[in-house]
Amino acid sequence: MGSTNPMKHTLVALVEDKPGVLTRMASLFRRRGFNIESIAVGHSELPSLSRMTIVVNGSANILEQVRKQLSKVVDVVKVIDVTGDNITVRELALIKVRATSATRSEIIEIADIFRANIVDVATDSLTIEITGDEDKVNSLLNLLRSFGIKEVARTGCIAMLRGSTTRAEEKKAKAADQGQGLV
Amino acid sequence: MKMTGAQIVCESLVKEGVEVIFGLPGGAVIPLYDTLPHYPQLRHVLVRHEQGAAHAADGYARVTGKVGVCFATSGPGATNLVTGIANAFLDSSPVVAITGQVARSFIGKDAFQETDITGITLPITKHNYLVMDVDVLATVIKQAFHLARTGRPGPVVIDIPRDIFMERTEFHYPDKVELPGYKPTLQGHPTQIKKAAKLLNEAERPLIIAGRGVNISRAYAELKQLAETAQIPVVTTLLGIGCFPESHVLSYGMVGMHGMVYANLAVNNADVILAVGMRFDDRVTGKISAFAPHARIIHIDIDPAEIGKNVRVDVPIVGDVKMVLQALNKLISPTTHTEWIRQLDAWRRERPSTEIRDSDSLLPQYVIRKIYEITKGEAIIVTGVGQHQMWAAQHYTYNKPNTLVSSGGLGAMGFGLPGALGAKVGCPDSIVWCIDGDGSFQMTIQELATIVQEQLAIKIAIINNGYLGMVRQWQELFYKGRYVATPLYCPDFVKIAEGYCLPGLRVERREEVVPAIEQAMAHPGPFLIDFKVEPEESVYPMIPPGATIAEILEEPKQKAKAISDSTKLRVSNI
Ligand SMILES: Cc1cc2nc3c(=O)[nH]c(=O)nc-3n(C[C@H](O)[C@H](O)[C@H](O)COP(=O)(O)OP(=O)(O)OC[C@H]3O[C@@H](n4cnc5c(N)ncnc54)[C@H](O)[C@@H]3O)c2cc1C
Ligand SMILES: Cc1ncc(C[n+]2csc(CCOP(=O)(O)OP(=O)(O)O)c2C)c(N)n1
Ligand SMILES: [Mg+2]
Repeated sequence: MGSTNPMKHTLVALVEDKPGVLTRMASLFRRRGFNIESIAVGHSELPSLSRMTIVVNGSANILEQVRKQLSKVVDVVKVIDVTGDNITVRELALIKVRATSATRSEIIEIADIFRANIVDVATDSLTIEITGDEDKVNSLLNLLRSFGIKEVARTGCIAMLRGSTTRAEEKKAKAADQGQGLV
Repeated sequence: MKMTGAQIVCESLVKEGVEVIFGLPGGAVIPLYDTLPHYPQLRHVLVRHEQGAAHAADGYARVTGKVGVCFATSGPGATNLVTGIANAFLDSSPVVAITGQVARSFIGKDAFQETDITGITLPITKHNYLVMDVDVLATVIKQAFHLARTGRPGPVVIDIPRDIFMERTEFHYPDKVELPGYKPTLQGHPTQIKKAAKLLNEAERPLIIAGRGVNISRAYAELKQLAETAQIPVVTTLLGIGCFPESHVLSYGMVGMHGMVYANLAVNNADVILAVGMRFDDRVTGKISAFAPHARIIHIDIDPAEIGKNVRVDVPIVGDVKMVLQALNKLISPTTHTEWIRQLDAWRRERPSTEIRDSDSLLPQYVIRKIYEITKGEAIIVTGVGQHQMWAAQHYTYNKPNTLVSSGGLGAMGFGLPGALGAKVGCPDSIVWCIDGDGSFQMTIQELATIVQEQLAIKIAIINNGYLGMVRQWQELFYKGRYVATPLYCPDFVKIAEGYCLPGLRVERREEVVPAIEQAMAHPGPFLIDFKVEPEESVYPMIPPGATIAEILEEPKQKAKAISDSTKLRVSNI
C-alpha cells in the first residue's frame, strides 16, 4: 500500500470559492497531527473556482488517504498529488536584509545573480523580492544570512503540471478516484 | 410570491417530501416554529433533549431510507445535537439538521446562545451551511437533501440566523442542484467488474462480506442472486445484518469481534472475499496483518476513500452496490462450492457460537431469544450500546433488511430509546422493540415522555445487569477483574415507567419471561419490561481487540487465559 517513509508532498486542488472550504481541508490534516508546510490559494482560470497548492510532509500511503478524503469535501472539485510529476513550482519571498554603505553593493550583486529585484531601499536595509522554487529561495537566504536578515515573508509554493495541464489533471484525478492508483 | 425565511424552510421541506420533524424549540427558532402550524403535513415530534431529536431522525432514516429531519435552537440546542450528528455521520445515515443561529448582526460576538455550530460539526457532517442570505435558502435546502441522501449518505447541518427566518424574498425551489465538486461514482468500472467476476468464477473458497452499503443501496435481490448463483456463503457486519436473510442456507452470521466463530473462520480461510458496502472497521478485521491471510479481496464501495484504507485490496470497484452487482451478476457462472460449504457447516456444528447454556438464572441471551420467538422475527430491534447490543445481534435472527437498528461506528450509548422512537414513527405498522442496557437507557431515559405523548407503541426491554456491562467485561478479561466505576446504581425502572404513565413489569425469573413479553405484545401502547439478568454474564465469542481468530474466546472457562500477557489490551476504545 505504498511507501511509509515520510517525505514532502505537493498537492494541487481546485476548489469552490466558499467559506469553510479552507477550514475543512486544513482540518483533515490537523486531525492526523500533520503540519502543513505551506498553503497558497488564489483565483484560478475558472470563475468562482480557486486553485490551491498544499505542501505537507507525510508518508505516501497516508497522504493518498488524505487526498481521497480531501476530494470528498463537497466544495473540492479535485485534488491531485503532483509529487514527482513534471511540474513547475514557484514561490515568492520578500527578504529584508541589513545593509550598510559597505555591504550594499555586494548584496545587490548577489540579488542580481539570482535575478531577484530590489523593491525597497532604506538607510540600513534593502528589501529583495525573489521568485523561484524553494531551493532557489533557500540558497539566496543562506547567502544573505551573514549580512543579517531582518524579516522574511514567503508565499508558499504554487505548482502546476507541465504540458496540457487541465487534461492531465483530469486524467490523474479520475484514475486515482477509481482506486487504480492504489493497488 | 414573497415568503419569509421560515416559510421557505417549510415549503422546501414539503417539496422534499418530509413528513416528520423531530425537534425542540428555543429563541432562535421561534419564528420557524411559529410557521409550522400552517403546514399540517409536517408532523412535529417534540423530544425532551435534542440528542433524542438527532437520534430519532437517524433511526427514522435507517428504517425508511428517507432523510430524517431535526430542528434545534442555537447554542445549547445545537450542541445537544452533536452526538446524534456524529452517530449519523459514522453510520452514513441521511439526516438534515436545521439549527437556529443568532441574528446576523450578532454572529461572531459571543452573543447570547451563540455557538459556532458549523465549526463544531465540520468534521462530523457530510457538509454544512451557515445561511447568510435569505435568497440562497431554498438552494441550500435543496443541496442539503441531495447531499444527505445520495452517494454515501450522511448528515448535513443548515444553520439559519434568526433574522433570516423573518426576512422576505421570492420563493423559488430549484429543480436541479449544481455542485461541481460532488459527483458520486455509481457505475463500477467495467474492467474492474470483469476482473472481479473472473476471481469469483475461479474461486474455490469464496466468501461475501456484506455491510450497511447493501442496505443503503437496497441491493438485497442482487446480493441474493449472486450468492445463490455462485453458491457463495455470506457473512455480514453488524450494520449489514438483515441485508441477507439470516435463515438462508448460505448465511453464516456476523463477523468480527463478537461475530460467530464459523463466520470468522470463513474469513480466515477464504481464497476470494467480495466485500460489499462495508468498510473493514477494526471491530471486523481484528489484527489487520492477520486478516483474511489467504484471500484476494474485491471491494465494492461508493466512497473511493474507503478503498485500501484499512486492508489491501486486489480489485477495487468504486460504485453503488446495486449497480455494480447488477453488472457483476451478468458475468457470474452458476457453480457450486460443496466442499467449502460442507467445511463451514462442520465449523458451525462444532462451534455453534450462539448456544444458550442451561441455567437457573435469568440469562440475557435467553430473553432475547424469547423476544425473537414471540415476535416471530418480524420486529424492528433498536439497541443501546454494550453487551445487550451484541446479544441482540447474536440471538435474534434477522431475515429482513434494516430490522436491526444500532449505533455501530460511534457506539453511542443512549441511541436506543430515541432511535426506536424514530423507527416507530417511520414504520408505525411494524413492531418495534428497544433492547436497551440499564446504563444506555439512563442516558436518554427522558424520551419516555415523548413516546407517551406521541402514543408510540414501542416495547422496551431493559437488559438490567446492574453494570456498565461491556466495560465490566473488559475489566474482567483484561484488568484482572478490577471493576472500577462499572457497578451501576439503577432506579426502579418499573416505577419510572409508572411515573411516565406507561405500564411496566419486572422480570427476575426465567419462567416469567414469556408471559411478560406476551403481555407487552398484547398491550396496544408502549410497554416497559425490566429484565433483571445475570449480572456478570459476558459476550462470547470474543476476539480480543487487536487479536486474531486464533485467540478467540468462546467459553467462560477460558476467561482466565485471556488475562495472560499475549492478549493484553492494545489501546482501543470500547
Ligand atoms: C460494542 C460494539 C461492538 C461491535 N462489534 C462488532 C462486531 O463484532 N462485528 C461487526 O461487524 N461490527 C461490530 N461493531 C460495529 C462496528 O464498529 C462498525 O460500525 C461496523 O462493523 C460497520 O459496518 P459496515 O462497514 O457494514 O457499515 P458502515 O460503517 O455504515 O459502512 C458502510 C460502507 O458502505 C459504503 N456505502 C454506503 N452506501 C453505499 C452504496 N450505495 N453503494 C456502495 N457502498 C456504499 C460506505 O461508503 C461505507 O464504506 C461493534 C460496535 C460496537 C459499538
Ligand atoms: C456515550 C457513551 N459513553 C461511554 C461508552 C463506553 N461504553 C461502551 S459499552 C458501555 C456499557 C454500557 O452499559 P449498558 O448500557 O448497561 O449495557 P451492557 O453492556 O451492560 O449491556 C460503556 C460505558 C459509550 N459507548 N458511549
Ligand atoms: Mg448494563
